[in-house]
Amino acid sequence: MNRNTLILLAVICAIIFIAPLVMYQGHGEDDGYFGGSDDAASEAIESTNFKPWFSSIWEPPSGEIESLLFALQAAIGAIIIGYFFGYWRGQRKVE
Amino acid sequence: MHVMEGYLPFMWCIIWFVISFIIVAFGVYQIKKIVDETPESKALLAVSGAFMFVLSSLKLPSVTGSCSHPCGNGLGAALFGPAVTAVLATIVLLFQAILLAHGGLTTLGANIFSMGIVGPFIAWIVYKGLTKANVSSTIAIFFAAFLGDLLTYVATSFQLALAFPAPSFATALTNFLTIFAVTQIPLAIGEGILTVIIWDRLKEYKPKLLDKLGALAPNEA
Repeated sequence: MNRNTLILLAVICAIIFIAPLVMYQGHGEDDGYFGGSDDAASEAIESTNFKPWFSSIWEPPSGEIESLLFALQAAIGAIIIGYFFGYWRGQRKVE
Repeated sequence: MHVMEGYLPFMWCIIWFVISFIIVAFGVYQIKKIVDETPESKALLAVSGAFMFVLSSLKLPSVTGSCSHPCGNGLGAALFGPAVTAVLATIVLLFQAILLAHGGLTTLGANIFSMGIVGPFIAWIVYKGLTKANVSSTIAIFFAAFLGDLLTYVATSFQLALAFPAPSFATALTNFLTIFAVTQIPLAIGEGILTVIIWDRLKEYKPKLLDKLGALAPNEA
């Protein structure tokens, strides 16, 4: 694909994820927006009177630490992809 | 799609754990074979795993007004098949269960089954089917990634409805599908597009390797 098609695809992708932020502007967690679907499922399970029988062996002590670890996860993945794609691109240029 | 720690009856934890263990073990064997036969595919394995790492860390907003995350399992499935992808998913899910209290060790088997087995299996079938019919691999990878992501969440909904069929299995399934699958549709489209972009670059940089792995349509090889 040429560069423009790739850019267009990236833009479409960005719109898909920005649209909800615009659509529900002014709403937040307090009135039930932008919560996680995993948590919603957990609540649905609790409503059947099921008591979770095991809890996480370790939990991030605060939201800050949790976002640190999520960012770390994304960074580890991104650095590996970036490293190899850069390497392959250079390799191809040399060939 | 993550079933939280302790949120499945003990019996179901064991069932999913056993099924997933068998497939992950087969995946480990396959990885060994692939690496022995084509050592240059190691980097591609790393990239497939890394893609899952990135995508499953991104909690994105959906037009339904709630948030969920993509899976990134379509890429690995198209390149290496579902069993290998199950191994990669296990690494991601362990990281999240241990460090993020996201998902869990007791529910690890169930989560591997949805994100590492059902999703990739569907993605792999769709990918192979379309490329065999000479559909461009770039188009095929979109549908593989889209359905791989969506079916991962459908699988979770089934798992939860099986474990908590209250008041009935059908009602519970509809309930969980509404929570998971509907939210997931726009995210799955986004994941499809992102996978297409990565795929396009892979095809540009490593066409011979993709061909060697049998991951291209016959008319592209």
